[in-house]
Amino acid sequence: MDKLDVIIVGAGLAGLGAAYTLAASGLDVLVLERGDYPGAKNMTGGRLYLNPVRNLFPDLFGNAPIERFITHEGISLISKERSVTLHYSGNEFRDEPHHSCSILRSKFDRWLSERVEEKGVAILSKIRVDNVIKDNGKITGVLAGTDELRADIVLACDGVLSLVSEKAGLRAPGVPGNFALGIKEVIALDSGVINERFNLEGNEGAARLFVGEVTQGKFGGGFLYTNKESVSLGIVVGIEDAASDSPPGEVPPLLDAFKKRPEIAPLISGGSTVEYSAHIIPEGGFKAMGNLYGNGILVAGDAAGLALNVGFTVRGMEFALASGHFAAQTVMKAKAVGNFDAPTLSIYRRLLEDSFVLKDLRNFQETPAVVGNPRFFNHYPELIGAIMKDIYSVPADPKERLYPTIRKNLTLSELWAVFMDLKGVMKI
Amino acid sequence: MSESLELKVKLGLDVFKPASEPHIKIRQGMEKNLRLKPALQICPAGLYSENEKGEIVLTIDGCLECGTCRLVCGPDILDWNYPPGGTGVQYRFG
Repeated sequence: MDKLDVIIVGAGLAGLGAAYTLAASGLDVLVLERGDYPGAKNMTGGRLYLNPVRNLFPDLFGNAPIERFITHEGISLISKERSVTLHYSGNEFRDEPHHSCSILRSKFDRWLSERVEEKGVAILSKIRVDNVIKDNGKITGVLAGTDELRADIVLACDGVLSLVSEKAGLRAPGVPGNFALGIKEVIALDSGVINERFNLEGNEGAARLFVGEVTQGKFGGGFLYTNKESVSLGIVVGIEDAASDSPPGEVPPLLDAFKKRPEIAPLISGGSTVEYSAHIIPEGGFKAMGNLYGNGILVAGDAAGLALNVGFTVRGMEFALASGHFAAQTVMKAKAVGNFDAPTLSIYRRLLEDSFVLKDLRNFQETPAVVGNPRFFNHYPELIGAIMKDIYSVPADPKERLYPTIRKNLTLSELWAVFMDLKGVMKI
Repeated sequence: MSESLELKVKLGLDVFKPASEPHIKIRQGMEKNLRLKPALQICPAGLYSENEKGEIVLTIDGCLECGTCRLVCGPDILDWNYPPGGTGVQYRFG
Protein backbone atom coordinates (compact mmCIF):
# COMPACT_ATOMS: atom_id res chain seq x y z
CA MET A 1 0.00 0.00 0.00
CA ASP A 2 1.21 3.51 -0.79
CA LYS A 3 1.69 5.98 1.97
CA LEU A 4 -1.55 7.37 3.36
CA ASP A 5 -2.18 10.87 4.60
CA VAL A 6 -3.75 9.88 7.93
CA ILE A 7 -4.07 6.67 9.94
CA ILE A 8 -6.62 6.80 12.74
CA VAL A 9 -6.24 4.07 15.36
CA GLY A 10 -9.61 3.28 16.89
CA ALA A 11 -13.14 3.80 15.57
CA GLY A 12 -14.63 5.16 18.76
CA LEU A 13 -16.04 8.65 19.14
CA ALA A 14 -12.65 10.39 18.93
CA GLY A 15 -11.52 8.44 15.87
CA LEU A 16 -14.86 8.66 14.10
CA GLY A 17 -15.20 12.35 15.01
CA ALA A 18 -11.81 12.96 13.41
CA ALA A 19 -12.68 10.85 10.35
CA TYR A 20 -16.00 12.62 9.87
CA THR A 21 -14.34 16.03 9.89
CA LEU A 22 -11.48 14.85 7.65
CA ALA A 23 -13.84 13.33 5.09
CA ALA A 24 -14.35 16.67 3.33
CA SER A 25 -10.59 17.33 3.09
CA GLY A 26 -9.87 14.96 0.21
CA LEU A 27 -7.04 13.38 2.21
CA ASP A 28 -6.44 9.63 2.17
CA VAL A 29 -7.67 8.55 5.59
CA LEU A 30 -7.76 5.02 6.98
CA VAL A 31 -9.47 4.10 10.26
CA LEU A 32 -8.34 0.89 11.98
CA GLU A 33 -10.63 -0.78 14.52
CA ARG A 34 -9.79 -3.93 16.48
CA GLY A 35 -13.39 -4.94 17.15
CA ASP A 36 -15.66 -6.84 14.78
CA TYR A 37 -17.33 -3.50 14.07
CA PRO A 38 -17.03 0.05 15.43
CA GLY A 39 -18.58 0.05 18.90
CA ALA A 40 -17.84 -3.62 19.58
CA LYS A 41 -15.25 -2.75 22.23
CA ASN A 42 -16.88 0.39 23.57
CA MET A 43 -19.00 1.01 26.59
CA THR A 44 -20.57 4.02 28.25
CA GLY A 45 -22.71 4.61 31.34
CA GLY A 46 -24.00 6.49 29.55
CA ARG A 47 -25.02 9.85 28.50
CA LEU A 48 -23.85 12.20 25.76
CA TYR A 49 -24.19 15.96 26.32
CA LEU A 50 -25.07 17.39 22.94
CA ASN A 51 -24.68 21.17 23.33
CA PRO A 52 -20.86 21.27 23.32
CA VAL A 53 -20.56 19.30 20.07
CA ARG A 54 -23.66 20.30 18.11
CA ASN A 55 -21.96 23.07 16.16
CA LEU A 56 -18.83 21.03 15.50
CA PHE A 57 -20.91 18.41 13.68
CA PRO A 58 -23.81 20.28 12.08
CA ASP A 59 -26.67 18.10 10.82
CA LEU A 60 -25.12 14.97 12.33
CA PHE A 61 -27.16 14.34 15.45
CA GLY A 62 -30.66 14.80 14.00
CA ASN A 63 -30.90 11.18 12.91
CA ALA A 64 -28.55 9.67 15.47
CA PRO A 65 -29.69 6.44 17.16
CA ILE A 66 -30.03 8.01 20.55
CA GLU A 67 -31.94 6.06 23.19
CA ARG A 68 -33.80 8.76 25.16
CA PHE A 69 -33.54 12.51 25.77
CA ILE A 70 -32.75 13.00 29.44
CA THR A 71 -35.49 15.06 31.09
CA HIS A 72 -35.26 13.75 34.65
CA GLU A 73 -32.13 13.97 36.79
CA GLY A 74 -31.69 12.41 40.19
CA ILE A 75 -28.94 12.04 42.75
CA SER A 76 -29.22 9.79 45.79
CA LEU A 77 -27.15 9.52 48.92
CA ILE A 78 -27.28 5.87 49.87
CA SER A 79 -26.55 4.77 53.41
CA LYS A 80 -26.83 1.27 54.81
CA GLU A 81 -30.48 1.43 55.79
CA ARG A 82 -31.86 4.57 54.12
CA SER A 83 -31.39 6.98 51.27
CA VAL A 84 -31.95 10.63 50.47
CA THR A 85 -32.75 11.58 46.87
CA LEU A 86 -32.88 14.88 45.05
CA HIS A 87 -34.83 14.92 41.80
CA TYR A 88 -34.59 17.65 39.21
CA SER A 89 -36.60 18.19 36.08
CA GLY A 90 -37.00 21.39 34.08
CA ASN A 91 -38.89 22.38 30.98
CA GLU A 92 -35.61 23.29 29.29
CA PHE A 93 -34.83 19.57 29.13
CA ARG A 94 -37.90 19.05 26.94
CA ASP A 95 -36.98 21.84 24.55
CA GLU A 96 -35.32 21.07 21.25
CA PRO A 97 -32.51 20.78 20.49
CA HIS A 98 -32.19 18.42 23.43
CA HIS A 99 -29.62 18.91 26.13
CA SER A 100 -28.39 15.35 26.61
CA CYS A 101 -29.31 11.82 25.64
CA SER A 102 -28.67 8.27 26.72
CA ILE A 103 -26.89 6.12 24.16
CA LEU A 104 -25.57 2.59 23.73
CA ARG A 105 -22.15 2.64 22.13
CA SER A 106 -22.37 -0.45 19.97
CA LYS A 107 -25.35 1.06 18.19
CA PHE A 108 -24.19 4.67 18.23
CA ASP A 109 -20.62 4.12 17.06
CA ARG A 110 -21.70 1.71 14.38
CA TRP A 111 -24.16 4.27 13.08
CA LEU A 112 -21.53 7.01 13.14
CA SER A 113 -19.09 4.75 11.30
CA GLU A 114 -21.66 4.32 8.53
CA ARG A 115 -21.98 8.10 8.21
CA VAL A 116 -18.18 8.32 8.00
CA GLU A 117 -18.04 5.61 5.31
CA GLU A 118 -20.79 7.36 3.33
CA LYS A 119 -18.48 10.35 3.18
CA GLY A 120 -15.83 8.17 1.57
CA VAL A 121 -13.50 7.33 4.47
CA ALA A 122 -12.30 3.71 4.70
CA ILE A 123 -12.75 1.88 8.00
CA LEU A 124 -11.08 -1.49 8.46
CA SER A 125 -12.40 -3.53 11.36
CA LYS A 126 -10.84 -6.58 13.05
CA ILE A 127 -7.38 -4.98 12.83
CA ARG A 128 -5.31 -4.62 15.97
CA VAL A 129 -2.49 -2.09 15.82
CA ASP A 130 0.53 -3.62 17.53
CA ASN A 131 3.04 -0.80 17.44
CA VAL A 132 4.00 2.50 15.90
CA ILE A 133 6.75 2.89 13.32
CA LYS A 134 9.34 5.47 14.30
CA ASP A 135 11.92 7.01 11.97
CA ASN A 136 14.37 9.56 13.38
CA GLY A 137 12.11 10.36 16.31
CA LYS A 138 9.05 10.82 14.15
CA ILE A 139 6.01 8.53 14.00
CA THR A 140 5.63 7.50 10.37
CA GLY A 141 3.04 4.74 10.59
CA VAL A 142 1.79 1.70 12.47
CA LEU A 143 2.42 -2.03 12.57
CA ALA A 144 -0.58 -4.33 12.45
CA GLY A 145 0.57 -7.93 12.51
CA THR A 146 3.10 -8.16 9.69
CA ASP A 147 1.60 -5.18 7.84
CA GLU A 148 3.46 -1.90 7.87
CA LEU A 149 1.12 0.99 7.20
CA ARG A 150 2.70 4.40 6.62
CA ALA A 151 1.15 7.84 6.83
CA ASP A 152 2.07 11.49 7.31
CA ILE A 153 0.34 11.39 10.66
CA VAL A 154 -1.15 8.90 13.12
CA LEU A 155 -4.11 9.79 15.34
CA ALA A 156 -4.07 7.74 18.55
CA CYS A 157 -7.78 7.39 19.32
CA ASP A 158 -7.31 3.98 20.89
CA GLY A 159 -9.08 4.55 24.17
CA VAL A 160 -8.27 4.97 27.82
CA LEU A 161 -5.18 2.72 27.99
CA SER A 162 -3.79 4.12 24.70
CA LEU A 163 -1.02 1.62 24.11
CA VAL A 164 -0.35 3.56 20.88
CA SER A 165 0.62 6.79 22.63
CA GLU A 166 2.51 4.78 25.24
CA LYS A 167 4.55 3.06 22.50
CA ALA A 168 5.05 6.43 20.83
CA GLY A 169 6.61 7.65 24.07
CA LEU A 170 3.92 10.25 24.76
CA ARG A 171 2.77 8.79 28.06
CA ALA A 172 3.75 6.32 30.75
CA PRO A 173 1.50 3.41 31.73
CA GLY A 174 -1.45 4.73 33.75
CA VAL A 175 -1.47 4.75 37.55
CA PRO A 176 -4.51 3.48 39.51
CA GLY A 177 -5.22 6.81 41.22
CA ASN A 178 -6.12 8.47 37.92
CA PHE A 179 -8.71 5.95 36.79
CA ALA A 180 -11.98 4.35 37.82
CA LEU A 181 -13.51 1.06 36.78
CA GLY A 182 -17.08 1.04 35.50
CA ILE A 183 -19.16 -2.14 35.38
CA LYS A 184 -22.62 -2.22 33.91
CA GLU A 185 -25.57 -4.41 33.10
CA VAL A 186 -27.97 -3.60 30.31
CA ILE A 187 -31.35 -4.76 31.60
CA ALA A 188 -34.11 -5.18 29.02
CA LEU A 189 -37.51 -3.77 29.98
CA ASP A 190 -40.60 -2.84 28.00
CA SER A 191 -40.56 0.86 27.04
CA GLY A 192 -44.03 1.38 28.54
CA VAL A 193 -42.88 -0.11 31.83
CA ILE A 194 -39.85 2.20 31.82
CA ASN A 195 -42.08 5.22 31.23
CA GLU A 196 -44.37 4.25 34.12
CA ARG A 197 -41.60 3.48 36.58
CA PHE A 198 -39.59 6.62 35.87
CA ASN A 199 -42.51 8.97 35.33
CA LEU A 200 -41.59 9.56 31.67
CA GLU A 201 -43.59 10.36 28.56
CA GLY A 202 -42.73 9.25 25.03
CA ASN A 203 -39.01 9.37 24.46
CA GLU A 204 -38.14 11.18 27.69
CA GLY A 205 -35.41 9.63 29.76
CA ALA A 206 -34.07 9.55 33.31
CA ALA A 207 -30.52 9.72 34.61
CA ARG A 208 -29.71 8.86 38.20
CA LEU A 209 -26.51 8.83 40.21
CA PHE A 210 -26.04 7.13 43.58
CA VAL A 211 -23.32 7.84 46.13
CA GLY A 212 -22.37 6.07 49.35
CA GLU A 213 -23.01 2.50 50.40
CA VAL A 214 -23.20 1.35 46.74
CA THR A 215 -19.39 1.41 46.66
CA GLN A 216 -19.09 0.51 50.35
CA GLY A 217 -17.71 3.96 51.00
CA LYS A 218 -15.02 3.78 48.32
CA PHE A 219 -14.60 6.48 45.67
CA GLY A 220 -17.27 6.12 43.03
CA GLY A 221 -21.00 5.54 42.85
CA GLY A 222 -23.85 3.91 41.05
CA PHE A 223 -25.60 5.06 37.90
CA LEU A 224 -28.80 4.34 36.07
CA TYR A 225 -29.75 5.61 32.61
CA THR A 226 -32.94 4.71 30.82
CA ASN A 227 -32.63 3.56 27.22
CA LYS A 228 -35.50 2.97 24.81
CA GLU A 229 -36.14 -0.58 25.88
CA SER A 230 -33.59 -1.17 28.60
CA VAL A 231 -31.89 0.47 31.51
CA SER A 232 -28.12 0.78 31.90
CA LEU A 233 -27.34 0.07 35.54
CA GLY A 234 -23.85 0.09 36.90
CA ILE A 235 -21.20 0.94 39.44
CA VAL A 236 -18.09 3.07 39.08
CA VAL A 237 -15.33 2.58 41.63
CA GLY A 238 -11.92 4.25 41.87
CA ILE A 239 -9.24 1.74 40.96
CA GLU A 240 -6.92 2.75 43.78
CA ASP A 241 -9.72 2.33 46.34
CA ALA A 242 -11.03 -0.86 44.77
CA ALA A 243 -7.57 -2.42 44.75
CA SER A 244 -7.01 -1.57 48.40
CA ASP A 245 -7.51 -4.28 51.00
CA SER A 246 -8.94 -1.91 53.60
CA PRO A 247 -11.67 -2.86 53.49
CA PRO A 248 -11.21 -5.87 51.20
CA GLY A 249 -14.07 -6.70 48.89
CA GLU A 250 -14.56 -7.90 45.36
CA VAL A 251 -15.87 -5.45 42.80
CA PRO A 252 -18.42 -7.55 40.83
CA PRO A 253 -20.69 -8.26 43.86
CA LEU A 254 -21.10 -4.49 44.41
CA LEU A 255 -23.35 -4.41 41.36
CA ASP A 256 -25.39 -7.39 42.56
CA ALA A 257 -25.88 -5.74 45.95
CA PHE A 258 -26.83 -2.48 44.21
CA LYS A 259 -29.50 -4.30 42.19
CA LYS A 260 -31.01 -5.66 45.40
CA ARG A 261 -31.26 -2.23 47.08
CA PRO A 262 -34.87 -1.15 47.74
CA GLU A 263 -34.18 2.02 45.71
CA ILE A 264 -33.29 -0.07 42.64
CA ALA A 265 -35.00 -3.48 42.81
CA PRO A 266 -38.53 -2.26 41.96
CA LEU A 267 -37.19 -0.24 39.02
CA ILE A 268 -35.66 -3.27 37.31
CA SER A 269 -38.13 -5.91 38.50
CA GLY A 270 -39.12 -8.30 35.71
CA GLY A 271 -36.26 -7.07 33.52
CA SER A 272 -33.68 -9.44 32.11
CA THR A 273 -30.00 -8.68 31.85
CA VAL A 274 -28.84 -8.89 28.24
CA GLU A 275 -25.22 -7.77 28.56
CA TYR A 276 -22.52 -7.27 31.18
CA SER A 277 -19.66 -4.92 30.41
CA ALA A 278 -16.67 -3.25 32.03
CA HIS A 279 -14.45 -0.34 31.10
CA ILE A 280 -11.93 2.08 32.58
CA ILE A 281 -12.69 5.79 32.93
CA PRO A 282 -10.10 8.59 33.13
CA GLU A 283 -10.70 10.45 36.42
CA GLY A 284 -7.54 12.50 36.83
CA GLY A 285 -8.74 15.46 34.76
CA PHE A 286 -6.45 18.24 33.56
CA LYS A 287 -3.51 17.37 35.82
CA ALA A 288 -3.39 13.74 34.67
CA MET A 289 -3.50 14.40 30.93
CA GLY A 290 -0.75 12.87 28.81
CA ASN A 291 0.98 14.61 25.93
CA LEU A 292 -1.51 15.61 23.26
CA TYR A 293 0.92 15.53 20.35
CA GLY A 294 4.37 14.52 19.21
CA ASN A 295 6.24 14.33 15.90
CA GLY A 296 3.76 12.77 13.48
CA ILE A 297 1.12 11.92 16.08
CA LEU A 298 -1.92 13.40 17.83
CA VAL A 299 -3.84 11.88 20.76
CA ALA A 300 -7.61 12.35 21.21
CA GLY A 301 -10.47 11.27 23.47
CA ASP A 302 -10.00 8.91 26.42
CA ALA A 303 -6.52 8.16 25.03
CA ALA A 304 -5.54 11.70 26.05
CA GLY A 305 -7.43 11.46 29.36
CA LEU A 306 -10.11 13.91 28.24
CA ALA A 307 -12.95 13.23 30.69
CA LEU A 308 -14.49 15.21 33.51
CA ASN A 309 -16.43 14.03 36.56
CA VAL A 310 -17.92 16.92 38.53
CA GLY A 311 -20.17 14.76 40.69
CA PHE A 312 -23.49 15.87 39.21
CA THR A 313 -22.29 15.68 35.60
CA VAL A 314 -20.04 12.91 34.32
CA ARG A 315 -18.66 13.67 30.89
CA GLY A 316 -16.33 12.09 28.38
CA MET A 317 -17.91 11.31 25.06
CA GLU A 318 -18.36 14.91 23.93
CA PHE A 319 -14.70 15.51 24.75
CA ALA A 320 -13.84 12.57 22.50
CA LEU A 321 -15.96 13.82 19.60
CA ALA A 322 -14.65 17.38 19.93
CA SER A 323 -10.99 16.44 20.32
CA GLY A 324 -11.32 14.20 17.26
CA HIS A 325 -12.76 17.14 15.37
CA PHE A 326 -9.91 19.46 16.42
CA ALA A 327 -7.32 16.78 15.65
CA ALA A 328 -8.78 16.64 12.12
CA GLN A 329 -8.55 20.41 11.78
CA THR A 330 -4.94 20.25 12.93
CA VAL A 331 -4.17 17.60 10.31
CA MET A 332 -5.62 19.81 7.56
CA LYS A 333 -3.59 22.81 8.71
CA ALA A 334 -0.42 20.71 8.94
CA LYS A 335 -1.06 19.27 5.48
CA ALA A 336 -1.45 22.77 4.09
CA VAL A 337 2.06 23.66 5.25
CA GLY A 338 3.41 20.17 4.52
CA ASN A 339 4.87 19.73 7.98
CA PHE A 340 3.81 17.21 10.66
CA ASP A 341 6.43 17.81 13.31
CA ALA A 342 5.53 18.58 16.92
CA PRO A 343 5.87 22.40 16.73
CA THR A 344 3.42 22.48 13.81
CA LEU A 345 1.07 20.04 15.53
CA SER A 346 1.01 22.23 18.65
CA ILE A 347 -1.90 23.96 16.85
CA TYR A 348 -3.93 21.06 18.25
CA ARG A 349 -3.26 22.12 21.83
CA ARG A 350 -4.26 25.69 20.97
CA LEU A 351 -7.49 24.60 19.32
CA LEU A 352 -8.34 22.53 22.40
CA GLU A 353 -7.40 25.41 24.72
CA ASP A 354 -9.73 27.72 22.79
CA SER A 355 -12.62 25.25 22.99
CA PHE A 356 -14.70 23.85 25.83
CA VAL A 357 -12.41 20.80 25.93
CA LEU A 358 -9.45 22.31 27.76
CA LYS A 359 -11.38 25.29 29.12
CA ASP A 360 -13.65 22.93 31.07
CA LEU A 361 -10.83 20.59 32.06
CA ARG A 362 -8.70 23.53 33.23
CA ASN A 363 -11.58 25.22 35.08
CA PHE A 364 -12.42 22.02 36.91
CA GLN A 365 -8.85 20.85 37.50
CA GLU A 366 -9.28 20.84 41.29
CA THR A 367 -12.36 18.65 40.99
CA PRO A 368 -10.70 15.21 41.10
CA ALA A 369 -9.13 16.05 44.47
CA VAL A 370 -12.41 17.49 45.80
CA VAL A 371 -14.79 14.78 44.62
CA GLY A 372 -12.19 12.25 45.78
CA ASN A 373 -12.82 13.32 49.39
CA PRO A 374 -13.67 9.98 51.08
CA ARG A 375 -16.21 11.68 53.37
CA PHE A 376 -18.53 12.15 50.39
CA PHE A 377 -18.68 8.38 50.00
CA ASN A 378 -18.43 7.02 53.53
CA HIS A 379 -19.66 9.76 55.85
CA TYR A 380 -22.18 12.23 54.40
CA PRO A 381 -24.66 9.64 53.10
CA GLU A 382 -24.91 8.19 56.63
CA LEU A 383 -24.98 11.62 58.30
CA ILE A 384 -27.65 13.12 56.06
CA GLY A 385 -29.65 9.90 56.21
CA ALA A 386 -29.54 10.02 60.02
CA ILE A 387 -30.76 13.63 60.08
CA MET A 388 -33.63 12.85 57.70
CA LYS A 389 -34.57 9.81 59.78
CA ASP A 390 -34.87 11.96 62.90
CA ILE A 391 -36.81 14.66 61.04
CA TYR A 392 -39.36 12.20 59.67
CA SER A 393 -39.80 9.99 62.72
CA VAL A 394 -42.80 10.48 65.00
CA PRO A 395 -41.99 8.70 68.26
CA ALA A 396 -44.42 7.46 70.91
CA ASP A 397 -42.94 10.04 73.26
CA PRO A 398 -43.26 13.79 72.57
CA LYS A 399 -41.25 14.79 69.48
CA GLU A 400 -38.22 17.00 69.92
CA ARG A 401 -38.14 20.41 68.26
CA LEU A 402 -36.64 20.52 64.77
CA TYR A 403 -33.48 22.51 65.49
CA PRO A 404 -32.22 20.32 68.37
CA THR A 405 -33.10 17.28 66.25
CA ILE A 406 -30.70 18.42 63.53
CA ARG A 407 -28.05 19.77 65.91
CA LYS A 408 -27.92 16.40 67.71
CA ASN A 409 -26.24 15.00 64.58
CA LEU A 410 -24.08 18.06 63.97
CA THR A 411 -21.61 18.41 66.81
CA LEU A 412 -19.16 21.30 66.73
CA SER A 413 -16.37 19.13 65.37
CA GLU A 414 -18.76 17.81 62.72
CA LEU A 415 -19.73 21.35 61.74
CA TRP A 416 -16.07 22.27 61.47
CA ALA A 417 -15.40 19.26 59.23
CA VAL A 418 -18.39 20.19 57.04
CA PHE A 419 -17.06 23.74 56.78
CA MET A 420 -13.65 22.47 55.67
CA ASP A 421 -15.20 20.14 53.10
CA LEU A 422 -17.33 22.98 51.74
CA LYS A 423 -14.20 25.08 51.43
CA GLY A 424 -12.87 22.35 49.15
CA VAL A 425 -16.10 22.29 47.16
CA MET A 426 -15.72 26.05 46.56
CA LYS A 427 -12.63 25.32 44.46
CA ILE A 428 -14.82 23.62 41.86
CA MET B 1 -26.63 -18.56 43.49
CA SER B 2 -23.01 -18.07 44.60
CA GLU B 3 -21.26 -14.86 43.65
CA SER B 4 -18.89 -16.54 41.20
CA LEU B 5 -21.71 -18.45 39.55
CA GLU B 6 -23.78 -15.29 39.23
CA LEU B 7 -20.82 -13.64 37.48
CA LYS B 8 -20.38 -16.60 35.11
CA VAL B 9 -24.05 -16.38 34.14
CA LYS B 10 -23.62 -12.68 33.36
CA LEU B 11 -20.51 -13.29 31.27
CA GLY B 12 -22.44 -16.00 29.45
CA LEU B 13 -24.71 -13.25 28.08
CA ASP B 14 -21.84 -11.56 26.26
CA VAL B 15 -20.59 -12.41 22.80
CA PHE B 16 -16.99 -13.62 22.84
CA LYS B 17 -14.91 -14.72 19.88
CA PRO B 18 -12.08 -16.99 20.92
CA ALA B 19 -8.44 -16.26 20.16
CA SER B 20 -5.79 -18.95 19.79
CA GLU B 21 -3.62 -17.62 22.62
CA PRO B 22 -4.32 -15.74 25.85
CA HIS B 23 -3.73 -12.02 25.33
CA ILE B 24 -2.75 -11.42 28.95
CA LYS B 25 -0.16 -13.56 30.69
CA ILE B 26 1.37 -13.42 34.14
CA ARG B 27 5.09 -13.02 33.47
CA GLN B 28 7.20 -16.00 34.43
CA GLY B 29 8.34 -15.94 38.06
CA MET B 30 5.74 -13.31 39.01
CA GLU B 31 2.98 -15.75 39.99
CA LYS B 32 3.39 -15.05 43.70
CA ASN B 33 4.18 -11.35 43.36
CA LEU B 34 2.21 -9.29 45.85
CA ARG B 35 1.30 -6.76 43.19
CA LEU B 36 -0.89 -9.44 41.58
CA LYS B 37 -3.07 -9.70 44.69
CA PRO B 38 -5.39 -6.76 43.98
CA ALA B 39 -6.42 -8.42 40.70
CA LEU B 40 -8.18 -11.11 42.78
CA GLN B 41 -10.78 -8.64 44.01
CA ILE B 42 -10.87 -6.01 41.28
CA CYS B 43 -11.14 -7.99 38.02
CA PRO B 44 -14.75 -7.34 36.93
CA ALA B 45 -14.90 -10.76 35.31
CA GLY B 46 -13.36 -12.57 38.31
CA LEU B 47 -10.68 -14.18 36.16
CA TYR B 48 -7.87 -14.18 38.72
CA SER B 49 -7.68 -16.85 41.41
CA GLU B 50 -5.13 -18.31 43.81
CA ASN B 51 -4.16 -21.98 43.59
CA GLU B 52 -3.12 -24.30 46.42
CA LYS B 53 0.56 -23.41 45.84
CA GLY B 54 -0.21 -19.77 46.59
CA GLU B 55 0.29 -18.79 42.96
CA ILE B 56 -2.12 -16.47 41.22
CA VAL B 57 -3.53 -17.87 38.01
CA LEU B 58 -5.44 -16.17 35.23
CA THR B 59 -8.17 -17.72 33.11
CA ILE B 60 -8.63 -15.56 30.04
CA ASP B 61 -12.11 -16.74 28.98
CA GLY B 62 -14.58 -13.97 29.77
CA CYS B 63 -12.02 -11.14 29.72
CA LEU B 64 -13.78 -7.81 29.10
CA GLU B 65 -10.48 -6.16 28.03
CA CYS B 66 -11.03 -3.29 30.47
CA GLY B 67 -7.35 -3.00 31.41
CA THR B 68 -7.90 -2.73 35.15
CA CYS B 69 -5.36 -5.47 35.88
CA ARG B 70 -2.76 -3.68 33.77
CA LEU B 71 -3.26 -0.57 35.89
CA VAL B 72 -3.16 -2.25 39.31
CA CYS B 73 -0.50 -4.91 38.62
CA GLY B 74 1.61 -3.11 36.01
CA PRO B 75 2.98 -4.17 32.62
CA ASP B 76 6.15 -5.50 34.30
CA ILE B 77 4.06 -8.13 36.12
CA LEU B 78 1.59 -8.80 33.32
CA ASP B 79 2.42 -9.32 29.67
CA TRP B 80 -0.66 -7.38 28.65
CA ASN B 81 -2.09 -6.92 25.19
CA TYR B 82 -5.46 -6.61 23.56
CA PRO B 83 -6.62 -9.80 21.83
CA PRO B 84 -6.00 -9.98 18.05
CA GLY B 85 -8.39 -8.03 15.82
CA GLY B 86 -11.81 -9.62 15.47
CA THR B 87 -11.49 -11.70 18.64
CA GLY B 88 -12.45 -11.20 22.27
CA VAL B 89 -15.59 -9.55 23.61
CA GLN B 90 -17.93 -7.98 21.04
CA TYR B 91 -20.49 -5.76 22.74
CA ARG B 92 -23.95 -5.63 21.16
CA PHE B 93 -25.20 -2.83 23.43
CA GLY B 94 -22.17 -1.23 25.07
